[in-house]
Amino acid sequence: MTVTDLVSYEDALASYDPVMGLEVHVELGTKTKMFCGCSTELGAQPNAQTCPTCLGLPGSLPVVNATGVESAVKIGLALHCEIAEWCRFARKNYFYPDMPKNFQTSQYDEPIAFDGYLDVQLEDGEVFRVEIERAHMEEDTGKSTHVGGATGRIHGASHSLLDYNRAGIPLIEIVTKPITGAGERAPEVAKAYVAELRELIRALGVSEARMEMGQMRCDVNLSLMPKGSERFGTRSETKNVNSLRSVERAARFEIQRHAAVLSSGGSIVQETRHFHEDDGSTTSGRVKEEAEDYRYFPEPDLVPVAPPRAWVEELRATLPELPRLRRNRLREEWGVPALEMQAILNAGAVDLIAATVEAGARPAAARKWWMGELARSANESGRSLDELDITPAQVARIAELVAAGELNDKLARQVIVGVLAGEGDPDTVVEKRGLKVVSDDGALGAAVDEAIAGNAAVADKIRGGKVAAVGALVGAVMKTTRGQADAARVKELILQRLGVEG
Amino acid sequence: MTDNSIIKLTAAETARRIAAGELTAVEVTEAHLARIEAVDEKVHAFLHVDREGALAQAREVDAKRARGEELGPLAGVPLALKDIFTTRSMPTTVGSKILEGWIPPYDATLTKRLKDADVVILGKTNMDEFAMGSSTENSAYGPTGNPWDLTRIPGGSGGGSSAALASFQAPLAIGTDTGGSIRQPAAVTATVGVKPTYGAVSRYGMVAFSSSLDQGGPCARTVLDAALLHEAIAGHDPLDSTSIDAPVPPVVEAARNGSVQGMRVGVVRQFRGEGYQAGVVQRFEESVGLLKELGAEVVELDCPSFDLALAAYYLIAPSECSSNLARFDAMRYGLRVGDDGTRSAEDVTSLTREAGFGAEVKRRIMLGTYALSSGYYDAYYGSAQKVRTLITRDFEKAFEQVDVIVSPTTPTTAFPIGERADDPMAMYLADLCTIPTNLAGNAAMSLPCGLAPEDGLPVGLQIIAPAMKDDRLYKVGAAVEAAFVERWGHTLLEEAPSL
Repeated sequence: MTVTDLVSYEDALASYDPVMGLEVHVELGTKTKMFCGCSTELGAQPNAQTCPTCLGLPGSLPVVNATGVESAVKIGLALHCEIAEWCRFARKNYFYPDMPKNFQTSQYDEPIAFDGYLDVQLEDGEVFRVEIERAHMEEDTGKSTHVGGATGRIHGASHSLLDYNRAGIPLIEIVTKPITGAGERAPEVAKAYVAELRELIRALGVSEARMEMGQMRCDVNLSLMPKGSERFGTRSETKNVNSLRSVERAARFEIQRHAAVLSSGGSIVQETRHFHEDDGSTTSGRVKEEAEDYRYFPEPDLVPVAPPRAWVEELRATLPELPRLRRNRLREEWGVPALEMQAILNAGAVDLIAATVEAGARPAAARKWWMGELARSANESGRSLDELDITPAQVARIAELVAAGELNDKLARQVIVGVLAGEGDPDTVVEKRGLKVVSDDGALGAAVDEAIAGNAAVADKIRGGKVAAVGALVGAVMKTTRGQADAARVKELILQRLGVEG
Repeated sequence: MTDNSIIKLTAAETARRIAAGELTAVEVTEAHLARIEAVDEKVHAFLHVDREGALAQAREVDAKRARGEELGPLAGVPLALKDIFTTRSMPTTVGSKILEGWIPPYDATLTKRLKDADVVILGKTNMDEFAMGSSTENSAYGPTGNPWDLTRIPGGSGGGSSAALASFQAPLAIGTDTGGSIRQPAAVTATVGVKPTYGAVSRYGMVAFSSSLDQGGPCARTVLDAALLHEAIAGHDPLDSTSIDAPVPPVVEAARNGSVQGMRVGVVRQFRGEGYQAGVVQRFEESVGLLKELGAEVVELDCPSFDLALAAYYLIAPSECSSNLARFDAMRYGLRVGDDGTRSAEDVTSLTREAGFGAEVKRRIMLGTYALSSGYYDAYYGSAQKVRTLITRDFEKAFEQVDVIVSPTTPTTAFPIGERADDPMAMYLADLCTIPTNLAGNAAMSLPCGLAPEDGLPVGLQIIAPAMKDDRLYKVGAAVEAAFVERWGHTLLEEAPSL
């Protein structure tokens, strides 16, 4: 199906209500794998981080990673879930070459966490509650690289390479209950949910949840039902939608596609679908003629997990402030409009700005540098803000120097460039580059006189009461002092010389 | 000392003589290697013999002694290891073509413990493929003969280990017991075999058949030797989540102080009736009489759910095996068939499994796959688990009344090779008395209690103890063994034909 076959989004929503289900897999940031002692570090040589257990060699056995369980409980608690008093792992049986045992150790009808919710805030500030069905523990599979075919898919490939470094890395799968009532905002809700979940996971410190690195992967299940109906339609499952924008686009595309099929009298096939980043479309994957039979049964090689209540309560007590509430608190403290706060969030700058404020900067200044000069620099170098070679404390110091009048904005930008280039901390860069603001009246006086003499017409206007024109003269002074003048002092001096009250 | 007298020694006596300098470990090992050389072509107990490795280990023991280091209670004693435990220095085939030639990159915990105890590993023994069988006829590498009559089965799945003991190719052996694979071979060869409490011996490196039932254990010719081996291999292993984190019961002490005086011994109504050979029943009843003579009180017990044990077992074990054996897909190790560059991975997996698995393994994979299927799970696997709970409760109730339970180990003596090969149900009945213990996870032993008058073949007495009370097996077993040896004037194995 091509894009031209779609029903317009507005028309789709006029006739149908979307129902969504979101399944998010989060790779935990534990040092070792879920059931063995192998490292989870990314970037190792293929198959360098494997052992008999994660290779599924005959005779090997799993042992549960206690930190993995702790992370799962923390996630469950943060999602307001009940934590199982007793639960087991289960084997999910199916064949695939990148699954060492040909079963995935997962959880089935006894998830560690269940029945919770996550409140997500939409861009206009409206809060939407997404109900959580369950969060369960499982292990990741290995990775297949299909060689010789088109687009890296197995179809047409001449052979495949298998890397089991990822096999056994702990995953938490978080499944929502059917999300209804979002109407036209469904795609926005989907995106906001995944974004909020990502913030939450990071705040808990259980994973970096970097979607671009596959540490967080999302499946978007979607169906439509005629307006007024309460019976869910047949759903499609769009797999591996791996950016926030894609989550929104995939939901939107599927709404339009489903509507097109349904309104032309067709019926939706229950199937998995692939999402295409380039045009935001989905295409048919595997048709699920009958429900796949994974022959789940309790994993006999592992003992049940029974988190003691006291321990669960201890973990609950150490939970950080929920990101949404913290954001709202910071927004108020910083006096930022909702839209700008959203931009700060999207830029991944909330924590950095908070840390900068904590280090002594005024919120406005901290925001200005992180969202301005530093965001630009990050953009240019293709890195995220937290990957830049500058610390919140250093940004706070620069802001302090500006507040004290020792640097102006222009000079401050040069200091930032210096720090990012590894020239040292802000004071060292100021020192080395000679970036002090000149505010000494004697040194500025000559430049001010020169500027007045060279711009007689402007000077006359100012004398005539057009004080606003003073900017041109300040600019001239800044030019001759190569930006190192204290602009405020220059303005004062000019007005003083021209006998005008500022 | 002649080779022939060395190989007849018990493990305890062999170790004592090595420690005392009366024998060297190399002498002992060479005597056993010579015996293997002489008789194993007929018996076929071993799949691999590691002559060099065994001699190197023996030399190390002798060197330790020369250096004055203290030697463990089994140092220098040779052992036959069931080919289901991984060994870095030898292939591990599990009796299957699908793992032919596979040399694991790691040692099982049990293998390590044997090495740490300076036990000399002679080689790997034959077994029913993936431990599925009661006769060792399901080995992909051909059957093993029973030293009592080479045309008969040595039991299974651990027939290689029991035959190695009964033919004096090794004084110690290791078995694994999922439904009786240690005890039934012991019974039909007049040797001693113990299935410890589930979780007593690490399963790490033991190729899985049915994870919730599998348990490794000691095989020997005397109760004391079994106890010494039990102590060497048991104990908590952090690599096995189901391993018991508690001290090993004092099995050696119990074996040295055999007694049934004042004990209550249970006889279960369900372990008799149709299908039991007359001579087996006769020897069993004599054993019960002996226990009374030795001062035990015999209590009649009713365990109604035991009648369902075989049915439950043949749902649970195949279900778990269908999942455990899924990993044999030709991708990473073992056999690979049909990889000629034109076939898909899926086709290569199918062709490999078709060629690599034997009929019984395929039968159980299919049974288990079916039993776990959606729509059938509750009726089959789910019900079987409920039966398992009932059996455990029956045992619990029984052990409120008695200290141990006794029964025949297996309903018949060794049957001729080929007799039950085409009748799986008849084959499965061999484990009628042993299976309830696997389902409940408690401990049991088989030891010789005489020859059946009608065929002159060994009969086994099974002793069953509660979980974690493995020492009771040895206490009772040692008393019974001593009384029988006194009555017969020799051990039963001395009546076996010489090979």
